[in-house]
Amino acid sequence: MTASEQYTAAAYLVVFVAVLAYVVIIASKLQRLQRDVARLVELAKEKLGDG
Amino acid sequence: MSYLRDTAALVRKDLLLELRAKEALPAMLLFVVAALAIFHFALPRGTSDVAARGLLWSALVFTALLGLTRAFVPEREQRMFDALVLAPCDRSAIWLGKAVAVLAFLAAAEVVALPAFAVFFHGLDARTVAAVALADVGIAAVGTLFGAMAVAGRARELLLPLLFLPMAIPIVVGGVGRYLWFLALYDAIFALLSWAAFEYVVAEA
Amino acid sequence: MRSPSLPALAVLTTGLLGLGTALAFFYAPTDSDQGLSQRIFYFHVPLALTSYVCFGWGAWKALRYLRTRDERADLEGYVAVHQGVIFGALTLLTGSIWAKISWGVWWSWNEDQLVLFLVLFLFYCAYFMLRYSVEPGPARANMCAVYALFGVVLIPVSFLAIRLSKRFIHPVVFTSHGPQMTHAQFLTFCVCLAAMIALFATLYSVELAGKRLDRSLRELRELLA
Repeated sequence: MTASEQYTAAAYLVVFVAVLAYVVIIASKLQRLQRDVARLVELAKEKLGDG
Repeated sequence: MSYLRDTAALVRKDLLLELRAKEALPAMLLFVVAALAIFHFALPRGTSDVAARGLLWSALVFTALLGLTRAFVPEREQRMFDALVLAPCDRSAIWLGKAVAVLAFLAAAEVVALPAFAVFFHGLDARTVAAVALADVGIAAVGTLFGAMAVAGRARELLLPLLFLPMAIPIVVGGVGRYLWFLALYDAIFALLSWAAFEYVVAEA
Repeated sequence: MRSPSLPALAVLTTGLLGLGTALAFFYAPTDSDQGLSQRIFYFHVPLALTSYVCFGWGAWKALRYLRTRDERADLEGYVAVHQGVIFGALTLLTGSIWAKISWGVWWSWNEDQLVLFLVLFLFYCAYFMLRYSVEPGPARANMCAVYALFGVVLIPVSFLAIRLSKRFIHPVVFTSHGPQMTHAQFLTFCVCLAAMIALFATLYSVELAGKRLDRSLRELRELLA
């Protein structure tokens, strides 16, 4: 590949990598939310069990 | 005109406070002269007038920043902000009063800074003085609004430069290039916007 | 008006992005002047325009917030500015790469768009500093809205300032005589622009959904505690 080809490919890759990174961030956030919900379900079960 | 009367009272309050405390202005004066001295040593010998003018503008912007950081400190320390907001006057009058006071401090600092610049470097012309005067209006207008924002935050002294410096870039461009019409345009746009927006910034303080 | 469903939006974005990339590499003719690297244009400029769309959308939400005091508008404005900064950062990166090929340097103060994006990037990064330094509540929402409005006014003012500050060597594609492009180039450009705006819409919806979910969970936790 010539230098020009490399740089052009890099410019396009940067965008796709950014989108991928965004997906990764969202995925980790989703995991956190999943844990939070699970904890809240436990809490709700306890409360309702008591009442 | 009660609006003007309120503004005048607020300006008088700020000027009196400064006269008694003598905090901001001496600091600004010392800072601007020290900055010019630093710049003299930073600049290689025989640089052009344009380069020297650039240094004058960076000194002025940072001096203004120093003054603006202090602008709302009395209100914060004495917990006067709420009282001011509740006072039976238009809230934008608070902005106008503070901006005029800031403008007065800036002008006072520049009365020293510009002759110092003329002595340290080579000369000064009417056009540069006019540009400085126009830039002061813009700096005071925007700086007062952003200063009111910054005091609400946790990192006050850190926040103001971050908010203000990107806004100051057009001022520096207009100042170094001495585009008076551009500075006037900047003043008109941002003074109007700040005047209209101030009420929201202090509304629920 | 009902907003389009998120999966449909995501599919549309993927399709448009794929199509745009394919068109940029296989359909659009190679520029006789700049060669292959001119193809960066098809991503760089749509990214920049989308970034303006984000900031404009954020300012519109800010205006909505100041008029209606609707908390949702505050959150939406924040997410729009956040997206704008992401697209702005990508504009800076692709522009920098393009500058490296065209002029052999990573940064050129002579390129309007690049310098303008640096100013905007600094300005909007301070937006996050402001937002995270003030306690959440109506006061913060007001300040952020005012700041976002200042941003859209700063865009043309800075642009004018940057034009004033230099002579330029930047290749100007859009002139007063209309786009200086062939039909194939223009079509590719339009598809890429649509793809970037669709990408913005998708990411915006995803982030907004996440923030709203966060908020609901917090409420639920407070209710259960």
